[in-house]
Amino acid sequence: MKKLKLGKYAKDNIITYGMIILVYIVMQILIGTGNISSLMQGLLVPLCVYVILAVSLNLTVGILGELSLGHAGFMCVGAFVGAFFSKCTQDVITADLPRFILAILLGALSAGVVGFLIGMPILRLRGDYLAIVTLAFGEIIKNIINVLYIGKDSRGLHFSLKDSLSLGLEEDGMVIINGAQGITGTPKNATFTIGIVLIVITLIIVLNLIRSRDGRAIMSIRDNLIAAESIGINITKYKLMAFSVSAALAGIAGVLYSHNLNSLMATPKNFGYNMSIMILVFVVLGGIGNIRGSMIAAVVLTLLPELLRGLSDYRMLIYSVILIVMMLFNWSPRLIYLREKYSPKRLFKKTREVR
Amino acid sequence: MALLEVKNLSISFGGLQAVDDFEISIKKGQLYGLIGPNGAGKTTVFNLLTGVYKPDEGMVMLDGQNITGLKTIEINKAGVARTFQNIRLFKNLSVLDNVKAGLHNHYKYSAVTGILRLPKYFSMEKAMNEKAMELLKVFELEGEAGYLAANLPYGKQRKLEIARALATEPKLLLLDEPAAGMNPNETMELMNTIRFVRDNFDMTILLIEHDMKLVSGICQELTVLNFGRILSKGPTSEVLNDPQVITAYLGE
Repeated sequence: MKKLKLGKYAKDNIITYGMIILVYIVMQILIGTGNISSLMQGLLVPLCVYVILAVSLNLTVGILGELSLGHAGFMCVGAFVGAFFSKCTQDVITADLPRFILAILLGALSAGVVGFLIGMPILRLRGDYLAIVTLAFGEIIKNIINVLYIGKDSRGLHFSLKDSLSLGLEEDGMVIINGAQGITGTPKNATFTIGIVLIVITLIIVLNLIRSRDGRAIMSIRDNLIAAESIGINITKYKLMAFSVSAALAGIAGVLYSHNLNSLMATPKNFGYNMSIMILVFVVLGGIGNIRGSMIAAVVLTLLPELLRGLSDYRMLIYSVILIVMMLFNWSPRLIYLREKYSPKRLFKKTREVR
Repeated sequence: MALLEVKNLSISFGGLQAVDDFEISIKKGQLYGLIGPNGAGKTTVFNLLTGVYKPDEGMVMLDGQNITGLKTIEINKAGVARTFQNIRLFKNLSVLDNVKAGLHNHYKYSAVTGILRLPKYFSMEKAMNEKAMELLKVFELEGEAGYLAANLPYGKQRKLEIARALATEPKLLLLDEPAAGMNPNETMELMNTIRFVRDNFDMTILLIEHDMKLVSGICQELTVLNFGRILSKGPTSEVLNDPQVITAYLGE
């Protein structure tokens, strides 16, 4: 019998999954023993949201190699579709978990479809041009939702782009999406456990996709489009595949996000340009194409402003300085050398390499 | 019946007639050379044959199938693979993955199979690994299978590109200056490899080359291009002694 040998990638994946499970166990112990502030506890679900977003954007930026600045738009689609579904069916499906799972699936599906539809025309563009167009589409999605009014009564659903009165609802009617005021009263189904499960599912999808025939095709397009075409790889198909999977995963993050809030509004802060840039910062800082790195970056950069809260006015100043310093030094050759020199792997090695 | 039959092929870019009335006929199993001074339109011919450019006029027949004006992907599926003058590898993929990318259309499984790691994924990946290693062995690259393609030395990058092209199981292999930048020893080795590929893979090869030692050493027939037009063609020894060719290309 041949000895079971783990490949380099398999080992890498085990570390990634192991890290998440470890964090989950530690957090559960902290919560159980009451050693965690309510502020931190409130941050757990948003952290899961950001980690999923970072991983999903890394699929577009790191694996497909196209810069997208509209990732928050897909998250927005997922958030609103998920919240809409949950609110509509609150009375019909009374069990929380199955309804939430359905909401997640629906949110992912709709964000994926939007990603596919937007991707079809714009993936012909490259580089900066693509970035600008995705930025525009992200804003368009947000602004459409801001003027969207949907109500429900005994006759069915009503849509309007004007105001809630023009929906013409009957007496028993209820406005579900109220334009700029968004959706209120979404059931708060999101928990840390569900968040972690969703992170693991996202990772399974992304990591397994990368190490498969389709992932190889996507990465070959990133590395050399002309060569990929010359060996018979369907460029359009694989670009669209990566882009819509990435959008669908952002949709999952959106559903999780919306089910953690009482009132969901599409403001520039949560679904606008800032958010897209924020996710991109996670990806760039963690390493383009480095899935685990972008997860760590998402966690660190989400916690940092909260930990610096005591410094009130100087908070964002320090945050940005740290960001710049990390960007400069994280990938500097000297630091990489030092990291390798003092890495645990090397310190625990029995035989020391002779340099 | 010739494997590749090209007639009356022309393309112009603006006012420049890059290729004018080009024709070629390559029999199965032949090693055919395309030579000419810089800017003569050799690579443009390759780009026309592989669908990178659409010809203004003319016809390309591969093995009895009309492939004129098809897309690059379709032409590759029909059986034409190529290498590039400036090496175009997938630099951030491993050497093995470069070849496996070439096997893309011959070992198929769905994305869902890949994501869920169904049994078919493992059997297909295993078959792909075996096939890819087999190809790498031909080019003596099996020891570097795990390296990133970008980390290979220059000569081996050229070989890897040929291996990747062969992975698509073509009928016709187009090599664009395979010996560019190689030293005489590497060129000798490359000549042997090209012959080996022709004999063992039952391959028909059309190559562009400036190295006259390589051309006269392995090509059976030649076509000489100058300013987009055919200057001379025929058996290698005749063409290389053609006074016209010597004036235009080799120098008096």
